[in-house]
Amino acid sequence: MARDKSNLGSLLIRGGRLIDPASKIDALMDVLLRDGRVAEIALPNKIRGGANEKFDARGLIIAPGFIDLHVHLREPGQVYKETIATGTAAAAAGGFTSVCCMPNTQPILDSPEWITWLQQSERGAVVNVFPVAAATHASKGAVLTDFRGLQRAGAVAVTDDGKPILSDDIMRETLRVASEINLPVIQHAEDTRMTENCSINDGPTAFRLGLRGMKAAAEASIVERDVQLAQQFTGARLHVAHLSTADALKAVRRGKRSRVRVTCEVTPHHFALIDENVGEYDTNFKMNPPLRSAADREALLVALADGTVDAIATDHAPHAPHEKIIEFERALFGIIGLETALGMAITRLHREQKIPLARIVELFTAGPTRVVDLRGRGTLARGSYADVTIFDPKKRWTFDASKSLSKSRNTPFNGWQFTGKVVATIVGGVIQYRA
Amino acid sequence: MNRIARGSLLGIEHMEAAEIVGLLKLARRMNPFKPRPLLRGKRVLLLFYEASTRTRSSFEIAAKSMGAMTTLVLSSGSSIEKGESLLDTAYTLRAVGADLIVVRHPNAGAPLLMAKHLDIPVVNAGDGMHEHPTQALLDAYTISRHKKSFKGLQVVIVGDIYHSRVARSAIHLLSKFGARITLCGPPEFLPELATSLAPGLHITRSVEEAARKADVIIVLRVQKERLAGMKIKLQDYIARYQMTMTRLKLAKRDALLMHPGPIIRGLELTWEVADCPQSVIVEEVRNGVPVRMAILAKALGRAR
Ligand SMILES: [Zn+2]
Repeated sequence: MARDKSNLGSLLIRGGRLIDPASKIDALMDVLLRDGRVAEIALPNKIRGGANEKFDARGLIIAPGFIDLHVHLREPGQVYKETIATGTAAAAAGGFTSVCCMPNTQPILDSPEWITWLQQSERGAVVNVFPVAAATHASKGAVLTDFRGLQRAGAVAVTDDGKPILSDDIMRETLRVASEINLPVIQHAEDTRMTENCSINDGPTAFRLGLRGMKAAAEASIVERDVQLAQQFTGARLHVAHLSTADALKAVRRGKRSRVRVTCEVTPHHFALIDENVGEYDTNFKMNPPLRSAADREALLVALADGTVDAIATDHAPHAPHEKIIEFERALFGIIGLETALGMAITRLHREQKIPLARIVELFTAGPTRVVDLRGRGTLARGSYADVTIFDPKKRWTFDASKSLSKSRNTPFNGWQFTGKVVATIVGGVIQYRA
Repeated sequence: MNRIARGSLLGIEHMEAAEIVGLLKLARRMNPFKPRPLLRGKRVLLLFYEASTRTRSSFEIAAKSMGAMTTLVLSSGSSIEKGESLLDTAYTLRAVGADLIVVRHPNAGAPLLMAKHLDIPVVNAGDGMHEHPTQALLDAYTISRHKKSFKGLQVVIVGDIYHSRVARSAIHLLSKFGARITLCGPPEFLPELATSLAPGLHITRSVEEAARKADVIIVLRVQKERLAGMKIKLQDYIARYQMTMTRLKLAKRDALLMHPGPIIRGLELTWEVADCPQSVIVEEVRNGVPVRMAILAKALGRAR
């Protein structure tokens, strides 16, 4: 896949429209990448000197490489669902040059050794992988992991994703210790005491299907509590994963207003779909948090537009057929999402909701870097890493799940038509994906 | 495969009214005491993942009285206990020659999943909290033997509606025919959003108000274990919602008292109510057989 594994060489991207929200640039610009870094940005045809390779980007958008804050790469332990190699290949196809992978693997990523292992080149990653470590041992919510050691090994945040840190005391301690080393704490906000045996959002669809419903309050109450706890420690950084309800958004807004360092992400499926779309027990519409009500979705759209939401994250969650083509209540939560995220964002947010392209690029680039510290990424300012996503905002295409680069096929978007497609994904100056 | 075989009965919600009328008419012509070999040579598999007395025996007698062979497969003592998936069990039963599968399952939507992957009809004998369509059909059949029309009929459903597949199927069926349905129970058993199930549903927390002028009262079973951990205590439930003779007297004189069974005397209804002249509880069970005969005959293309 990589044409040139070394970072040496140069690539000139010409004729495209550069959108780099971090640098407040939205203009026709040429970009020269050299030795894995952004060497120069200039008005069209102003870059002098040669480059080993040229990329014609006329009619295309040149953006900083997209960052996905929330993916499940399933390694170690569940390679039948996904591997780091296949998951990152799907990421590259979706325009992501960096992914933050969740620690709910087997075993759980709760030690520096695993964080190191995950980043070794033998894993075969074709995009940058930034591990998020478990906040507590085996994510059991009882004993904190070694945050400093994990951070030193490369963890960019801690979380017990898949489940929440429920106990007030443990969450307080997590935020306190993490704040001392400026480490973000990512919370999967779900009061699991309220969601036992639930497989869908609480509402008319759940009632009609005879399924137990998760109440919005199960998410909002945890976000409210966490914002209050984060307020107690200067420097604490709280990030709400896959936020899905209007009430949780209110808590985030209140937190931001009172200067708590709280950020949040929203998934494409939560801004595109609602619980009704589950139809007749389609397990490709079963995820956690569940698809919510139309009113929740409306609130997410507003928050994506007005800046309350910091990032779009996919919560890419591959599962094998035997975990999905079963009884709805027994099917595992989650869908794959790396390859459809940009198309969904442009189709639903830009074309339907009229959210400017620059804001959408921000949600994939500068936004995520407000959540986790990825110095030199999320921007194409001179000197930053040569991670670039080039896409065609007008290209219409149909997603064929059978051609996905992920190992799994669990998506509700098979056969969907999108506008907006990745043309090339460049990681460290190397073209890792080309349509 | 995602086409569902004709004759499958998965739920009332998506059925046409005409289809329901057709089945009820056909049921009237079915008599288990005058066997007709309509299904001779057919194999009906009864796949039960949950305990059942009346539904299971009723299907079995219905099938056998039309000459079909029946085989009962229970989840306990079968490969299911060893972890075989629902679909693999379904493929196995198809491979041994099943012409139709009747399935009861604790998970909502399980019969639909089977039907989507099989080329033979699947009949839902109750799936989780979702639907119990044959119960709704036999209840409609029972009502139709006593009342001229469903239209405008005042029907009350009392009890644990939230957990009840019987209630969901009954609501879908009766509302398709213009019955006026009142739901009654404590909030834990009857959330406000229950009214979203069908147009024109009413909720009341007062069983007296619900019973007044009713034509049909359907009392649902209350599982004691479901009351555990709820705000409402068993004694309060009994005091507020139990069907008593006093409450039943508020209904019309010719009102029907129904219950899908099994009944717990002294809990959701009193001893006297269960046996009173208005009670059609035993008749419901009896009517289950011709109704299920009609369903099986139609599903296997032998309805005449
Ligand atoms: Zn999560």
